[in-house]
Amino acid sequence: MNNVLQIVWLIPLLPLVGFLVNGLGRNHLSKAMSGLIGSGVILASFIISFFVFLQVLNGHMQVLHYFDFINIAALKIGFDFQVDQLSSLFLLIITGVGFLIHVYSTSYMHEETAPHFARYFAFLNLFVFSMLLLVLGANYVIMFIGWEGVGLCSYLLIGYWFKNQDYTKAAKKAFIMNRIGDLGFLLAVFWFISKTGSVDYHTVFANVGKLTTTDITGITLLLFVGATGKSAQLPLYTWLPDAMAGPTPVSALIHAATMVTAGIYMIARSNVLFSMAPLTQCVIAIIGLATALLAATIALKQNDIKKVLAYSTVSQLGYMFLALGVGAYTGAVFHVMTHAFFKALMFLGAGSVIHAMGGEQDMRNMGGLKKYMPITQLTFLLGCFAIAGMPPFSGFFSKDEILAAAYASNATTGPILWAVGVITAFMTAYYMFRLYAMTFRGNFRGTHDQQHHLHESPAAITIPLIILAVLAVIGGWIGIPEIFVHGGHRLEAFLAPVFEPSAKIAAAHGHEHLSHSTEYILMAISVIGALIALTFAWKKFSNYTASNKEETGMGKVLSNKWYVDELYDKVIVNPLNSVAKYFNNVFEKKGVDGLVNGVGKAVNYSSRQIRLLQNGQVSTYVFLMVLGILVLFIIQLFL
Amino acid sequence: MDIKMYIGLAVALFCIGIVGVLTRRNAIIIFMCIELMLNAVNLLLVAFSKMHAASAVGAANPSVVSDAQVFVFFIMVVAAAEVSVGLAIIVMMYRNTHSIDVNFLNRLKN
Repeated sequence: MNNVLQIVWLIPLLPLVGFLVNGLGRNHLSKAMSGLIGSGVILASFIISFFVFLQVLNGHMQVLHYFDFINIAALKIGFDFQVDQLSSLFLLIITGVGFLIHVYSTSYMHEETAPHFARYFAFLNLFVFSMLLLVLGANYVIMFIGWEGVGLCSYLLIGYWFKNQDYTKAAKKAFIMNRIGDLGFLLAVFWFISKTGSVDYHTVFANVGKLTTTDITGITLLLFVGATGKSAQLPLYTWLPDAMAGPTPVSALIHAATMVTAGIYMIARSNVLFSMAPLTQCVIAIIGLATALLAATIALKQNDIKKVLAYSTVSQLGYMFLALGVGAYTGAVFHVMTHAFFKALMFLGAGSVIHAMGGEQDMRNMGGLKKYMPITQLTFLLGCFAIAGMPPFSGFFSKDEILAAAYASNATTGPILWAVGVITAFMTAYYMFRLYAMTFRGNFRGTHDQQHHLHESPAAITIPLIILAVLAVIGGWIGIPEIFVHGGHRLEAFLAPVFEPSAKIAAAHGHEHLSHSTEYILMAISVIGALIALTFAWKKFSNYTASNKEETGMGKVLSNKWYVDELYDKVIVNPLNSVAKYFNNVFEKKGVDGLVNGVGKAVNYSSRQIRLLQNGQVSTYVFLMVLGILVLFIIQLFL
Repeated sequence: MDIKMYIGLAVALFCIGIVGVLTRRNAIIIFMCIELMLNAVNLLLVAFSKMHAASAVGAANPSVVSDAQVFVFFIMVVAAAEVSVGLAIIVMMYRNTHSIDVNFLNRLKN
């Protein structure tokens, strides 16, 4: 299989074909056909990605040039794909998890009519296409095409049930916040072009030495702004909880496993630039940690099952940015992978629960679902253990790596970062097990009708859950840290060539390594603390009885999400709306419309006046004729 | 005699003709005024030809003398043709409106 790299272009092409077929033929295809086409192309892409991954594992990497995309003066941007360790890993994650979610959707969305069903799969395929383009691109422009594409598909899919005004508002919010970030990304790309004359990864990273510190800091800060929008960090994170308006598989794919990791991919890819800008790394670490903490506090008090998972996603993304900020690029990518597994698992599990409850999403009305939905319950429990960071589940290895790297990053501030991260981890364990206990344990708190309807979901839903649960359990075993098994961190060895330049810079700066005993102690603290938080939540919420009393004090602030949305409304949205209204009323209605209508009115008026000349009197006409001759005469003689 | 006298007379006649065309209501009077204008021009042409005959230009270039007088014949022919057509139109006008007042010809109004 030496030539499989030559058909890498098929990997994004197949989902694109799926999009076109499902999109254009949505009025003619049956539901079975559109589901088959939609899932089938992703399976095909996954198989090809798997072989590509094997090739890369054997050491074959390549940059493939397809055609010249932009050719202006000295700027040459080609449509190039870069197949290396980082992109092939992401390919596997995207197509693998994507395939499972497509299969899940065929059952979850079965209530839709055939054209809308096909529309769903068309958008989902378009999304996978854009995401694949993003990770395969060999220059920032191709990445940006995919970047914009995933933002668009996020909008289309969040607003999938477009007849509901609230959902479309959420979709608009997501898209607009994404775009704000995209501005930063674009500015960074322009900066690249002006300073290095190219946007290819290869050329830019090779010429990093020519850029001044201000250049690098500015570019990396702007790139981070882009990542903030796409990956829901402070201050552009409020779209993600609202994006739960979309169907649950969409939340699983886009807002847990793939799109939101685009920012992390981008920074991991540009690791050389970020390693040379310590100021930006500081900013990234602080914002990532702050986001993680903030989102975790909000999740403690949410009652909608999907909102808890949404805030959990924001929080975990904060961890990944913390890792990037301290230079632990492998840790961030590792956490992306494990997070994709357990978060998609939990979202799909939540979808299974919502389906069984007939659309109910409020956990206060659930409870005791364990005996009705055993498979869902077990897989969800495994996911909860994974996210809480319990060994030997996957989350333990990736989260622990991040926390250890944070501790080691700096003699003075490192431990502070670590401490805040560990507290957030305790909160994570607490709210996840609160969710589990409220949903699956105790007594059923819903209506009688709902209770009759409760049943385990069909195979198309439970099999992806099982597969993801297995991955969530064993996924961490490719990254066993040095202190347990020498040479056990196979992921780090695999990704080493990609992060080599920044590793050299870090070594030059003299990064400390933790002693083994410190690492054991840190690990023990986080595991034991999480265990305590988890048991506490388990005990407290296992026999939860719904109470109607209002939240007070801190609880109220948390359940209202720290009033951030209200703050944004007051400070940004309302002033902008009034400015827009002012422009509409004054400039548009009075100014431009007045001008255009005024021209019409002027023409009308003058024509009415001129018409009065036609009074039918012959003598008037003769008089005008004489006047005309006189004027010609004068012109002839004197001009 | 001084050429200015002839020019003055011709201009005066022309202006009387124009004013007549503009102000009179009777169609036949308007025609007479048009003839007046044409004849004023004829007068002027003949006067200029006589002026050139007596000057140096005339001695050097004999055709200059008789060009204007020949042109006067052309103008007279045109005047005759125009009168015939015009009187025919006035007859039609009378048949339709039983009057030769041009102010009644306002069907083009609005």
